[in-house]
Amino acid sequence: MSNQTSTEYETYYVPDQSKMAIMATIGLILSIFGAASIMNDMTFGDPDEATNSWSIFLFGLFWFVATLFAWFRQAIKENIAGMNSAQMKKSYVLGMFWFIFSEVMFFFAFFGALFYVRTLVGPWLAGEGDGGRMNGLLWEGFEYSWPMALTPQEAVGGAASQPIANNGSFTSAETTMAFSEAAAWYKWLPLWNTIILLTSSFTCHIAHMGILDGNKKKFNLWLGITVALGVIFLFVQFYEYYEAYAHFGLTLNSGIYGSTFFMLTGFHGFHVFMGMTMLAIQLMRSLNGHFTADDHFGFEASSWYWHFVDVVWVFLFLFVYIL
Amino acid sequence: MGDHHHGPAKGIGRWLFTTNHKDIGTMYLWFSFAMFILGGAFAMIIRAELFQPGMQLVEPAFFNQMTTLHGLVMVFGAIMPSFVGLANWMIPMMIGAPDMALPRMNNWSFWILPPTFLMLASTLFMEGGAPAFGWTFYAPLSTTYAPPSVTLFIFSVHVLGLSSIMGSINIIATVMNMRAPGMTYMKMPLFVWTWLITAFLLVAVMPVLAGAVTMMLMDIHFGTSFFSAAGGGDPVLFQHIFWFFGHPEVYIIILPAFGVVSQIIPAFSRKPLFGYDSMVYATASIAFLSFIVWAHHMYTVGMPVAGELFFMYATMLIAVPTGVKVFNWISTMWRGALTFETPMLFCIGFLILFTIGGFTGLMLSIAPADFQYHDSYFVVAHFHYVMVAGAVFSMTAAVYYWLPKWCGRMYNETMGKTHFWISFIGFNLTFFPQHFVGLAGMPRRIPDYALQFADFNMMSSIGAFIYGASQILFLYNVIATIVSGKPTSEEKVWDGAEGLEWTVPTPAPYHTFETPPRIDPAHAHS
Repeated sequence: MSNQTSTEYETYYVPDQSKMAIMATIGLILSIFGAASIMNDMTFGDPDEATNSWSIFLFGLFWFVATLFAWFRQAIKENIAGMNSAQMKKSYVLGMFWFIFSEVMFFFAFFGALFYVRTLVGPWLAGEGDGGRMNGLLWEGFEYSWPMALTPQEAVGGAASQPIANNGSFTSAETTMAFSEAAAWYKWLPLWNTIILLTSSFTCHIAHMGILDGNKKKFNLWLGITVALGVIFLFVQFYEYYEAYAHFGLTLNSGIYGSTFFMLTGFHGFHVFMGMTMLAIQLMRSLNGHFTADDHFGFEASSWYWHFVDVVWVFLFLFVYIL
Repeated sequence: MGDHHHGPAKGIGRWLFTTNHKDIGTMYLWFSFAMFILGGAFAMIIRAELFQPGMQLVEPAFFNQMTTLHGLVMVFGAIMPSFVGLANWMIPMMIGAPDMALPRMNNWSFWILPPTFLMLASTLFMEGGAPAFGWTFYAPLSTTYAPPSVTLFIFSVHVLGLSSIMGSINIIATVMNMRAPGMTYMKMPLFVWTWLITAFLLVAVMPVLAGAVTMMLMDIHFGTSFFSAAGGGDPVLFQHIFWFFGHPEVYIIILPAFGVVSQIIPAFSRKPLFGYDSMVYATASIAFLSFIVWAHHMYTVGMPVAGELFFMYATMLIAVPTGVKVFNWISTMWRGALTFETPMLFCIGFLILFTIGGFTGLMLSIAPADFQYHDSYFVVAHFHYVMVAGAVFSMTAAVYYWLPKWCGRMYNETMGKTHFWISFIGFNLTFFPQHFVGLAGMPRRIPDYALQFADFNMMSSIGAFIYGASQILFLYNVIATIVSGKPTSEEKVWDGAEGLEWTVPTPAPYHTFETPPRIDPAHAHS
């Protein structure tokens, strides 16, 4: 290697062989195989027949989570042992950044579906514009409004009399989640959740300022508050879902309104859960003395994720609840 | 940990637990070749059935499973992983890095692929059969009318996406962070450039595909109505989301191929690449345009006229940067000291045939004309000209070009050239007549056809068998090279080749560039 220079650059740490990838693969494949079996039992199989689907799924999931735990543990240990050069740390930063970008694109698909349905499909089904002739042929009497007061299926007399086959029976929601009564604004859960989540982004930032100053007490306190706000958010959302199913008649089967509502807020809620878990782990790490003022990337990455989740919520609040 | 100077570990553990970019690259390449054979076998069944009109060998339902699995396996199992394997092998060596930026994740993004394809292939033996709705899996064929195996298919797509996203993040981090000092962006070899842009595309669109299959999953099992008009959704919504992924996917497949060709043509022309800067900008332009042309796959679904026009003009615009590339390759060869070793032959084959595929693409981009071509064999011919003669030919060229560097042995040139000519003839015999039957009205994805298409279909089938058989020759040549090829220890296997990978010993040692090389400031991109 004639043209390689001596040691003016620090060496890049290439990890030794690792069993993590294979272990994670086993867990991942078992869990998705189990999940697919569960769903097929539900939809295509005999519901009374005993299967091992749940056992496979749970075993795989446990295996997967345990592997990830061991994997991150190893990465953290390497960092504490000082094996990570500045360049290596930058690789982690880039990795996290582009991972969050891919998450943004995932939500983009669901927001895209929402916009497409609301601006194009709804009016077409109700007889307007280029796709409008379908209304007379298939969904006569359907009138579009958002949130949908009546699904096209109901407009023609329910699943029994629908002109073409589809996946199921769609019953529109009795009440929407949109803000309706000015007098009862304090009962409107999404508003509270917005306040909670925006506050949590702010407290997360205060925690960050704390660690940058080397003030661990401040860091732990505000990070703890952030995690607590995340838990409260999830409880409120859980309660909102309960209300939707129990009292508003808003379910996954409530036509496209229920579909977009639950998929957008549901995936967001799942991401809040992930972000909250990440931040909780950072809190535990901090209590174990892992972080210093200039080395706390585990926290920084989690906080980026948290702010990303927050930004998604702002869009959700705007396009799912208000507009 | 610790000692960086060791060689590979012994036994199967070397491959299962490796963090070495060359090992992982090798696994990707062999895996993709195995999938190429599997997907090829499906294609042979399709062509055997279509050898004569009438139903001969397989049931129509099974035929549909074959066309579906052929597409899925070739796109997600053969072409994409083969270029990821090449990226793993070559990018660290081309930019002077010791390895990929995130080596353990690198291993994970490979190892989730084989079990996923095992799962996907196992659906052939499931009740209701494998997915039979085409590789584009349009709703409601893939939702309301899908076999139970669709659930496994959906999860497979999720995992493939996961693998691609992790692989791409790794490539982005490697290129942005691991370049040797002095290796500025505009000095990077073009293969690195095209892969960087491809990785951006992958990170941007694979999550969208994941979103699409998630909506399918919810529609099938949990009663949502994304793709069901009865609940206020729209099957065409599926097509929009799918092609928002699907069109960039086309460039995900072809951009690394452009990169390979941009490495090989200068080497055998003994001239630097003509118009390096414009190549970079053209690649970026193609990537950008790929996000705003998706609905040209859906001209006939009843879009508003304004939409048809927008997507038509945007699509035609792609011909400009693509033309820049083709002319640059030709200009590189112009007055060069050309020799025609196997890699160069495949690249010239690429150049001619990909250009034909590009022209038929331009024909298809014209919305009013597309109403005639849509879902005909003309489309099949078009995308095989870009996928096979584009991506697969350049991948084959890459293997011949870098194989001596990888294993320190020279392949058999005569056998290589024979492989090229049989491939070239077999390929054209297969797909050129499909233009004619397509224009005459033969629809794609059918197991039987009208009598007037019989002769061309028989030619197609014979060509396909020839092309398929030529890959056995390829496999034999590669194995023979690795086992008993003529040893070579020249650093620069090809006298015209440029780039850092040709400065390391041959065969490339297990670890290269443990300390970064010095890049000669005067030494432009190679």
